[in-house]
Amino acid sequence: MSDKDPALRRNAPKLALHVPEPKFRPGDTPDFSGIVIAAAGEAPRPDTSAPAAETHPLATSLVRVLGDDHRAVGPWDPKLDADTLRKILSDMVTVRTFDDRMYRSQRQGKTSFYMKCTGEEAIATATAAAMSRDDMHFPTYRQQGLLVSRGYPLVDMMNQIYSNKGDRLKGRQLPIMYSDKAHGFFSISGNLGTQFPQAVGWAMGAAIKGDSRIAMGWIGDGATAEGDFHSAMTFAAVYNVPVILAVVNNQWAISSFSGIAGAERATFAQRAVGYGIASLRVDGNDALAVYGAVQWAAERARSNNGPALIEFFTYRAEGHSTSDDPSGYRPGDEAKAWPLGDPIERLKAHLFALGEWDEDRHAALAAEADTAVRAAQKEAEKIGILPQQGKDDIGSMFDDVYAEVPWHIAEQRDAALEESR
Amino acid sequence: MNMIQALNDAHKVVMRADEDVVVFGEDVGYFGGVFRVTEGLQKEFGKTRTFDAPISEGGIVATAVGMAAYGIKPLIEIQFADYIYPGYDQIVSEVAKMRYRTGGEWTMPMVIRTPYGGGIFGGQTHSQSPESLFTHIAGLKVVVPSTPYDAKGLLIAAVEDPDPVIFFEPKRIYNGPFDGHHDRPVTPWSKHPASDVPEGHYTVPLGKAVIVREGADLTVLAYGTMVHVALAAVIEQGLDAEVIDLRTLVPLDIETIEASVQKTGRCLVAMEAPRTSGFASELVTLVQERCFYHLEAPVERVTGWDTPYPHAYEWAYFPGPKRMKTALEKVMAD
Ligand SMILES: Cc1ncc(C[n+]2csc(CCOP(=O)(O)OP(=O)(O)O)c2C)c(N)n1
Repeated sequence: MSDKDPALRRNAPKLALHVPEPKFRPGDTPDFSGIVIAAAGEAPRPDTSAPAAETHPLATSLVRVLGDDHRAVGPWDPKLDADTLRKILSDMVTVRTFDDRMYRSQRQGKTSFYMKCTGEEAIATATAAAMSRDDMHFPTYRQQGLLVSRGYPLVDMMNQIYSNKGDRLKGRQLPIMYSDKAHGFFSISGNLGTQFPQAVGWAMGAAIKGDSRIAMGWIGDGATAEGDFHSAMTFAAVYNVPVILAVVNNQWAISSFSGIAGAERATFAQRAVGYGIASLRVDGNDALAVYGAVQWAAERARSNNGPALIEFFTYRAEGHSTSDDPSGYRPGDEAKAWPLGDPIERLKAHLFALGEWDEDRHAALAAEADTAVRAAQKEAEKIGILPQQGKDDIGSMFDDVYAEVPWHIAEQRDAALEESR
Repeated sequence: MNMIQALNDAHKVVMRADEDVVVFGEDVGYFGGVFRVTEGLQKEFGKTRTFDAPISEGGIVATAVGMAAYGIKPLIEIQFADYIYPGYDQIVSEVAKMRYRTGGEWTMPMVIRTPYGGGIFGGQTHSQSPESLFTHIAGLKVVVPSTPYDAKGLLIAAVEDPDPVIFFEPKRIYNGPFDGHHDRPVTPWSKHPASDVPEGHYTVPLGKAVIVREGADLTVLAYGTMVHVALAAVIEQGLDAEVIDLRTLVPLDIETIEASVQKTGRCLVAMEAPRTSGFASELVTLVQERCFYHLEAPVERVTGWDTPYPHAYEWAYFPGPKRMKTALEKVMAD
């Protein structure tokens, strides 16, 4: 008997496959009025030692601090002093300036590849401000703001991008795949998702050793579909690991919208519910909300109250990378229609509202960032740009495969040197 | 047609002929794939036959297993071969072994397409050539085309094959037959006879190599991008070399290889992948086992190095004309 035989199942309904589609495609007018956005100040703030379940209503709302009037409201307001706010603003402006210059560099053929984080600058920079300098990050490729905030030299970032002789990674990694232990920045992998459970492992190590430092893992909305996301959640929950797990939901994974990662059914923050992990969904374009949420999760982790998943809700304002042209799959003006605004403009307006900032100072800040980025670029390009690299010191290519160079690699090194002569 | 268009065309041929063929993978739907191989398929065949998959290679392969078990023919894309590893367990433990472990009751007729190889400044995670890992697994067929004509014919044959096929696409030659001279412009496929791709259905059979250049003095075995690098090298060296494009690594066309090496008495094997335990080693061994008494010199191999693929040192890593030249001189000595 075959249950595929329609004759035997005459009255059974015909099954159908659902394939999610974004609301707007090229040519459509984007309209986000259907998105329900909680008002600033509306979301309650549980105690950092609250049971995970108490946070779960926050998985579907949105933690927001900055209101339409650019004032900070509600229990998540971290009540930062003006200097801290200006530091976050300055870091965001630097990141955006840096991104623009490096994007242009790629276009000029000075390097092979670049990825911007335009529209997402608040997430990494406000996080860096909220965490301790010695906490460890397991980032993905749009958290350059962590390095900028922590004072990593811009010229070192550029040296990596140009794979030049100043590149601490010795010309081995794709541009933007930074790594720096001293700045608490774990090596970026091209393989999506791998860093997420690694962050949990680092924090487990810290817990095993009775350390006081915590870890934070980062992943994109698209990459949450990888098995590694679920390994991270499982281990974090089982061992009550002092880790913050961040999903940066910028709604696009190259050409695929977040519905392809499951966003039609539940928020990414809601994934924490099934694991019994605390969860927060946060306005990622609101630097104060980002700060408040990370501060909360860090305090929770630090006091052995367990892990938290934070979904930062944001929008990838530009292409996925220099290899991508988003006009092929979404409306060109979608970023402008995005209702949560621009993180730099919002924090700037807030500082204005506080009377702690003005156009002159902002112009000076922009000029300062531009000068710093240009100076770094000049310095880095003096050392070299990608097309000039990889011709000398070819032997170095064979170092660091193992601690010591085994015979077969030594032989290959000799052959490569001979070949390059 | 370039190779991307030929592959796209192959998709249309098999999808028109067999409505059980279903195409999915990351970005393959509306956008048509980051390399545009699946462009237009969703428009023609609808969303339930060509769709975007979540970024989960393990999930993509595993659901393909389930679909194949149902009776659908999955033709899936792994965006870069470097990202096949999260799906590796499913491929190795499930896809490859299903026919065997069920005594032939359940079979896995599917094709897993994936762009592989370097020479595009992709760094270590966009440049690898992992084909050897799959040739080592019983139950899988492994195909690597080197021209638009072959790409279309082999892909159609792979889809029609009753067994699972891993189909490696040399992305460096998607747009033209790159010969290893990275400092010279690549001529586009349109200037090459193999870009003459017939319309409609035809196949290039799996398991059949092709002699791309006849010669008497030595045999060069290559596949994928290295076919063009090898061809250029023997011409530049002025050698009367026979160049064989293997096209399929498993099953391997041992007869063509044997006949050629027995004729020429010398053999060089070329691949992009790292050296140790690579498929080149298998080829060297087979030639040694079957042609030993015909050999006039030890069999040589040209490969990538046993390091991860370095970004800036890409051209010192890639087995280009110089490495070919050294090996050719060695195999031709006395
Ligand atoms: C394992 C793996 N599969 C596929 C890719 C190719 N890839 C690189 S980025 C990307 C999209 C990621 O989207 P998301 O996680 O949402 O991050 P975003 O780019 O939006 O910041 C894909 C599919 C990869 N790098 N690794």
